Amino acid sequence: MRTGPTGKLLRRDVVAELLRDRGGLLAIGGLGAPAWDITAAGDVPENLPLWGGMGAAAMMGLGLALAQPSRPVAVVTGDGEMLMGIGSLATIAVQRPRNLAIIVLDNEHYGETGMQETATRHGVDLAAMARGAGIGDCRLVRTAEEVTALREAMHAGAGPLFAQVKIDEAPVPLVLPPREASILQARMREAVLGPAAHLQ
Amino acid sequence: MPDAAEDWPDQIYGLLKEHSIRQVALVPDAGHSRLIKRCLADNDMRVVTLTTEEEGIGMLFGAWLGGEKGVLLMQSSGVGNCINMLSVPIAHRTPLPMIVTMRGDYGEFNPFQVPMGNATQQVLEAMGTLVKRADTPEDVAPTVNATLRMAFNTYRPTATLIGQRIIGAKTFGK
Repeated sequence: MRTGPTGKLLRRDVVAELLRDRGGLLAIGGLGAPAWDITAAGDVPENLPLWGGMGAAAMMGLGLALAQPSRPVAVVTGDGEMLMGIGSLATIAVQRPRNLAIIVLDNEHYGETGMQETATRHGVDLAAMARGAGIGDCRLVRTAEEVTALREAMHAGAGPLFAQVKIDEAPVPLVLPPREASILQARMREAVLGPAAHLQ
Repeated sequence: MPDAAEDWPDQIYGLLKEHSIRQVALVPDAGHSRLIKRCLADNDMRVVTLTTEEEGIGMLFGAWLGGEKGVLLMQSSGVGNCINMLSVPIAHRTPLPMIVTMRGDYGEFNPFQVPMGNATQQVLEAMGTLVKRADTPEDVAPTVNATLRMAFNTYRPTATLIGQRIIGAKTFGK
């Protein structure tokens, strides 16, 4: 797994490893770069990349995890997006969905708007906030070995799990998913529920 | 025949069962307390208390992705917390039924409730939500039923506003 000029892990390598051999895992990608990252790893129906709804990615993961308790669900999002919905960590901790992992790719910047610094640049510790909310397994991830261990934990069903992955901040090429969001939801529903999805 | 003046929350609960609602997202309101108790007592419903109402929009979108139906319960002030997040069910064309108890609506005591209460319907409609009001106890069940049907049959945000005439205005003894 490569590192960038800052010595931190490259985001695309992190996500490619996390979504490797994913089986039935469902992934929600927070708006902006995490949505492009999960798409770069494979534009598959089991991905729901977001073009908006900032602050809600983790809660989408909760609703999906409760509805599909036998499938692993991963929310892959950014530090800015997570900060906007930080209260949802309390909501999720109380519900204790065993199959939900929330992965924050933390580059300490708002990447889509000109690389302004986020609060994590100034010491805000998201993993500690998740731990304080009551999520049992909270990790700060900095190395390739820790990413591989995180991938295994995502499939272990011992969640909820929260990981703050420190990543390099250098921008990477856009890999855009379909922008028509009705297609994105319908393809995931069909992957989960079969053709009956469209007759519900 | 049960008395609608008192039983309308039980009638809503019956409709939630009829529509196979499994996830109930809410920020509590006194006007919803009886319905919330019924949902909490139901092992086939997952009641999720939110820190802010917009969380419920994300959660019910996720529920729909996984094949479960949900409903969002809140007070009119909470509608203000949801505005931009309504883009999620609109862009994805997914159901989002909301049942809103009104404050700032009819005989309100608290000045802070009036601005949002007065704007609730306009704000929801400006964001593309189909809104129906119930202002008598007898109107609640048919209106909620219409809200659930229109959400799940036509894939969009819908809302029933339950007027403060039904719930009664909090007076703090004044």
